[in-house]
Amino acid sequence: MKLLVVEDDRETANYLVKGLSESGYTVDQSGDGREGLYLASSGSYDAIILDRMLPGMDGLAMLGALRAAEIGTPSLILSALGSVDDRVKGLRAGGDDYLVKPFAFSELLARVEALLRRGAAGTATTKLRIADLELDLLTRSVKRGETAIDLLPREFQLLEYLMRNAGHVVTRTMLLEHVWDYHFDPQTNVIDVHVSRLRQKIDRNFERPLIHTVRGAGYCLRAPD
Amino acid sequence: MLRRLLGQVRRLVKTHSFRLASLYFVVFAVSVLGVLVFVYWTSADFVERQTQATLDAEIAGLAEQYAQRGISGLVQIVAARSAGDRGDGMLYLVTDADGHPLAGNITGWPEGTPVAAGPVAFNVQIKVKGVTQTRPAQGALIVIPDGYRLLVARDISDAALYRERIKMTLLWSGLVALVVGLIGGAVMSRNLLRRVEQVNRTAERVMGGNLSDRVPLRGSRDEFDQLAANLNNMLDQIERLMTGMREVSDNIAHDLRTPLARLRARLELSLIKAPEDGAQTEAVRAAIDEADRLLATFNALLNIAEAESGARRSAAEPLDLAQTARAAAELYEPVAEEKGCALKLDVEPGIMIRGDRHLLSQAVANLLDNALKYGGGEVLLSAHQQDGRAALEVSDTGPGIPEEEREAVFDRFVRLEPSRSTPGNGLGLSLVRAVARLHNGTVALGDNRPGLRVRLEFAAL
Repeated sequence: MKLLVVEDDRETANYLVKGLSESGYTVDQSGDGREGLYLASSGSYDAIILDRMLPGMDGLAMLGALRAAEIGTPSLILSALGSVDDRVKGLRAGGDDYLVKPFAFSELLARVEALLRRGAAGTATTKLRIADLELDLLTRSVKRGETAIDLLPREFQLLEYLMRNAGHVVTRTMLLEHVWDYHFDPQTNVIDVHVSRLRQKIDRNFERPLIHTVRGAGYCLRAPD
Repeated sequence: MLRRLLGQVRRLVKTHSFRLASLYFVVFAVSVLGVLVFVYWTSADFVERQTQATLDAEIAGLAEQYAQRGISGLVQIVAARSAGDRGDGMLYLVTDADGHPLAGNITGWPEGTPVAAGPVAFNVQIKVKGVTQTRPAQGALIVIPDGYRLLVARDISDAALYRERIKMTLLWSGLVALVVGLIGGAVMSRNLLRRVEQVNRTAERVMGGNLSDRVPLRGSRDEFDQLAANLNNMLDQIERLMTGMREVSDNIAHDLRTPLARLRARLELSLIKAPEDGAQTEAVRAAIDEADRLLATFNALLNIAEAESGARRSAAEPLDLAQTARAAAELYEPVAEEKGCALKLDVEPGIMIRGDRHLLSQAVANLLDNALKYGGGEVLLSAHQQDGRAALEVSDTGPGIPEEEREAVFDRFVRLEPSRSTPGNGLGLSLVRAVARLHNGTVALGDNRPGLRVRLEFAAL
């Protein structure tokens, strides 16, 4: 997997490159918008991580030019501007996800992985299946093995998101944004309580748990080895 | 209508400026009255003295004639003086001892007038332009040896008329002066009142959180303008201090956030190749958790600063407060269950307001968080619409907050004694207040007997 990081802040760029490389990605880096656009135009990257404020060319403008050239490489915008307005602007310019600086590396990694999957996975599936857990998007029913599991609408959405990202870490912030459409940190970790409730229904009466907690990052739903 | 008027009057009577105006009016009225009474007495007295002087001169002249020419001379001169209308209103009568007139311009001895030497006052019939009139007269009776009597008097009806006129003139000018004084007092009082009121209203608005409000100046450089200017200077200074203090904490949060995030990133990267278990890994993880808590506090501070600065006003859109409330309750319902609290909803459907959905959600979430964390028991989230106001309330049946501490909990980092041990940063209610103000709404803490009740109010659409 090949990633492009367009970030002018040397310190941030360094730890992004270091972290992503250590996580197993091939990373190219540029500190300039024009150069970034030139590199991205090759279309050889699996995902682009770009800062919103860049010398040479603004991040949003760069993204706009890229999309105009019909290059749809999934991209994550980094920005110090955190208001909903800015987020909407970024996504409208062609960004696939938006992360406010400063961010935790695990958060960035989880989002990049989600972007890469989005590019690969077809959206036409009506059934998600991980091990013996099956979620039917049409009948909105869930069963594990032969046992039907009753879920509340929100629990269904939560499980759907976890299953769509199966095998990968999803952070609490990602869950809050995608399942609840909230863009703020609640004081108490309400997400933990929701996940533990879901766990009660999915994992409690079964020998091998599917939902796992990843310390310092979030949650991961994966098939037992 | 009448009640409102009465209320206004009562309010007016209580003011200092009204008392000042009343005092001014009383002093003014007393002095005007004094001047008028003085003018009346002196002018009336002047007329009296003039009449008396004329009479005295006349009597002296007649006495001289009598001394020189005897009774016949007196009769002669009286007859001469009585002949024709001289227009000076002098009246004469000389009679014998029985009262039969010998000479004079009075037809007979006036009725009811005693025969005794000294001053007399009587009414006399006088023909003026062919019409007989009764006129008051005043004069003196002199009893001459041998029983003759001489009556010298003066028609004082003109003097009485003059006096009457003075009285009326003074009365009217007095009344006019009093009315002018009353209006002047009222105007003065109202002007004074209005300027004091301006200062009061500004002070109230400033205390209500609008720190940039100032007392308007008139440019007249009078005492009130000076007072207003001084107050404004004082407010400027307070505002500078407050924003300075806030900026310091916001800047610290802003400037420390980035290095802290880098520190966290370095810790995270160090974990990538570290063994899953082990004392060192555990220590790094604990450090990451600590950094997360700090970052959360900084983010909360910056959120509040952003809401307070009004920078997010543009994100306002029509939204359903009922839906926001229900969504927040849904988010917190499992938390309530886990804590063994009953979370109840009483939400009227369709309460439209203009607002920032994310900020309002966060404010409601903070209130629920607080109610579950510090309150407990039965937590009720209600939202209603009445008289163009949208109100959202979160109440619990926990220990509540003593009345004297209710204002303080809105300040940043304020945590009350019993809750210090529970995790939290003391910023939750600060954000709620900032969000309420951003939406031109209010937030108030009340007693739920037992427990706390927090009420948010906005203008409904």
